[in-house]
Amino acid sequence: MANEILEEHINKDYEWGFTTNIDADEAPKGLNEDIIKFISAKKNEPEWMLEFRLKAFRNWQNMVEPEWAHVSYTKPNFQDIIYYSAPKPKKELASLDEVDPELLKTFEKLGISLEEQKRLSGVQSNIAVDVVFDSVSVKTTFKETLAEKGIIFCSFSEAVQDHPELVKKYMGMAVPPTDNFYAALNSAVFTDGSFCYIPKGVRSPMELSTYFRINASGTGQFERTLIIADEDAYVSYLEGCTAPQRDENQLHAAVVEIITHKNAEVKYSTVQNWYPGDKDGKGGIFNFVTKRGICLEDNSKISWTQVETGSAVTWKYPSVILKGNNSVGEFYSVAVTNNYQQADTGTKMIHIGKNTRSTIISKGISAGFSNNSYRGLVQIKKGASNARNFSQCDSLLMGDKCGAHTFPYIEIKDKSAVVEHEATTSKIGEDQLFYCKQRGIDNEKAIGLIVNGYCKEVLNKLPMEFAVEAQKLLAISLEGSVG
Amino acid sequence: MISIKNLHASIGDKEILRGINLEVKAGEIHAIMGPNGSGKSTLSSVLAGREDYDVTEGEVTFNGKNLLDLSTEDRAREGLFLAFQYPIEIPGVSNINFLRTALNEIRAYHGQEEMAAKDFLALVKEKSKLVELDAKLASRSVNEGFSGGEKKRNEIFQMAMLNPKLAILDETDSGLDIDALRIVATGVNKLKSKDNATIVITHYQRLLDYIVPDFVHILYKGRIVKSGGKELALEMEAKGYDEIKKEFEIAD
Repeated sequence: MANEILEEHINKDYEWGFTTNIDADEAPKGLNEDIIKFISAKKNEPEWMLEFRLKAFRNWQNMVEPEWAHVSYTKPNFQDIIYYSAPKPKKELASLDEVDPELLKTFEKLGISLEEQKRLSGVQSNIAVDVVFDSVSVKTTFKETLAEKGIIFCSFSEAVQDHPELVKKYMGMAVPPTDNFYAALNSAVFTDGSFCYIPKGVRSPMELSTYFRINASGTGQFERTLIIADEDAYVSYLEGCTAPQRDENQLHAAVVEIITHKNAEVKYSTVQNWYPGDKDGKGGIFNFVTKRGICLEDNSKISWTQVETGSAVTWKYPSVILKGNNSVGEFYSVAVTNNYQQADTGTKMIHIGKNTRSTIISKGISAGFSNNSYRGLVQIKKGASNARNFSQCDSLLMGDKCGAHTFPYIEIKDKSAVVEHEATTSKIGEDQLFYCKQRGIDNEKAIGLIVNGYCKEVLNKLPMEFAVEAQKLLAISLEGSVG
Repeated sequence: MISIKNLHASIGDKEILRGINLEVKAGEIHAIMGPNGSGKSTLSSVLAGREDYDVTEGEVTFNGKNLLDLSTEDRAREGLFLAFQYPIEIPGVSNINFLRTALNEIRAYHGQEEMAAKDFLALVKEKSKLVELDAKLASRSVNEGFSGGEKKRNEIFQMAMLNPKLAILDETDSGLDIDALRIVATGVNKLKSKDNATIVITHYQRLLDYIVPDFVHILYKGRIVKSGGKELALEMEAKGYDEIKKEFEIAD
């Protein structure tokens, strides 16, 4: 399979760097309580939602931007960002025909256009997708099919209107508005996102997906995703993202929360391909994201799989709080940095319940002048008897100007815990490349093969279609980095 | 097939090949023997296009093309195959995937379509028998966790799959027990045809009991100092390389 993908001809540049000329309805630049009220009013939100936002904003004002990550960048000027931008007309769309043709063209141009188009038009698809363009969700497909099973899959804004009791109950449970600087900012200004509720005993008949696209200049994207799996429920959730090529840095500060009840399982997969900046490190997305799940009840499972190839700076730690007994947390990650990209990413596994288990597999690949750090915390709380963790953190270096760093933190408060940590650092071998070339495989394809082989354990965890996209991305991201 | 004229190559400041002349025709098997450090492996690396070496003089024509102008991968696509002395491991990449990529790259170079999966698998089955390669090895990661003998057999399996015009076997006998040696040699003999050629690089005569060469060349200090028929190999075995060393002692 990898073969077919690698055999395709691939363009060297960021292919998704175009912009779409769409009339946008925007808020004025800047951030204050009036802007938050503006956003809330635009979305016709109930009073409690506005209160949630304002409280988060007041908290945020007293918070300091974190500096502990192994990254350096010019801090965003939060008063110079547009916090709300929506493609016009912003009305409920009944069918694909009503979507702005420019917007459809955009999706056509995106690397995964065919699949996306299919998904959007509902042809032979087994994936339901919610598309978030700048600040608002423009289209959610398969809503009705899913509704038959009692699954709620809609934009966050709709959920606030239609399912306030669920939003109120779960929002902020995994990521409280006070959690950290960016989560607080998101809680104050988030404009949309996806909401998903799988009722008791239901396995989602299809994969659910959110596709994020930043388009407008000077905007930030602050979306929220909330996924709830009730008792015995199961869902596999996919997230993809791209942004235009701009000289400025754009901020993406999202929050994703997952809550699993008894025996429930959520598998969350991301292929993150925000614009990484140009070869000299100009422009690119600041990706400061808080993702966390809670295994609230016994025997539940949350699994994060991420392939991170984009963004100028990434600051992201998809985590699992293992509260229920026998609950399981997993984190599979491939993070690629090239040119001047910086990534500080990893996970937190917080073991609270008994017999909880977690697995961390992290594969970092650094090329060019980039810096790639794994930062992870494994915490075994007192009373979390027989907790187990296995961590494996591998780093692959390409060239001699890049850096790979590992910051594993382990805190054990229960004597019965078993925690294992393995780490390796290697350089992509000239010998391996020569061997491939001697068999007729050119440099780029050889790198693609070797890197995909190195990441296999993680790529195997991705749903099929996503794995295909991820393999392509890996090859593109690393083109020209060796030889 | 291949014509090497006055080939000089060095690594850093050190000249290792000092004027190699060799002519190999289709249907022939040539053995290159010589003591350690004579430049045997350098010759195979230079022909295959390893970038660590600088070719300072000479020319190599392969199927009418200037070999030295071709990239490493294009040399392979033109039909030059090197069986490595120390085959490289590529974790996570299955043997099958690796070979399929290689085969289709070579086919694309010659304007041929990709081989259908079914045909490819049939070919794998057929060729793996040739070197008695366990089918399981075909789906395992390239050379990872293979024993020494398995790695060498895998090289010959790859050779069988890619069907090269010229195969260079670089000390393929090293580290093989007698059974593995026999299997590898049988594989090579079965692959022999009037259209292809083989250069066998070896330190010992032993392999040549199984792969019988048409010509034997003795490489010493970067030059071919003696050439002859297969009896030359036996002579070397009997006398050792000391006589050669005495006879051709030259200042470094």
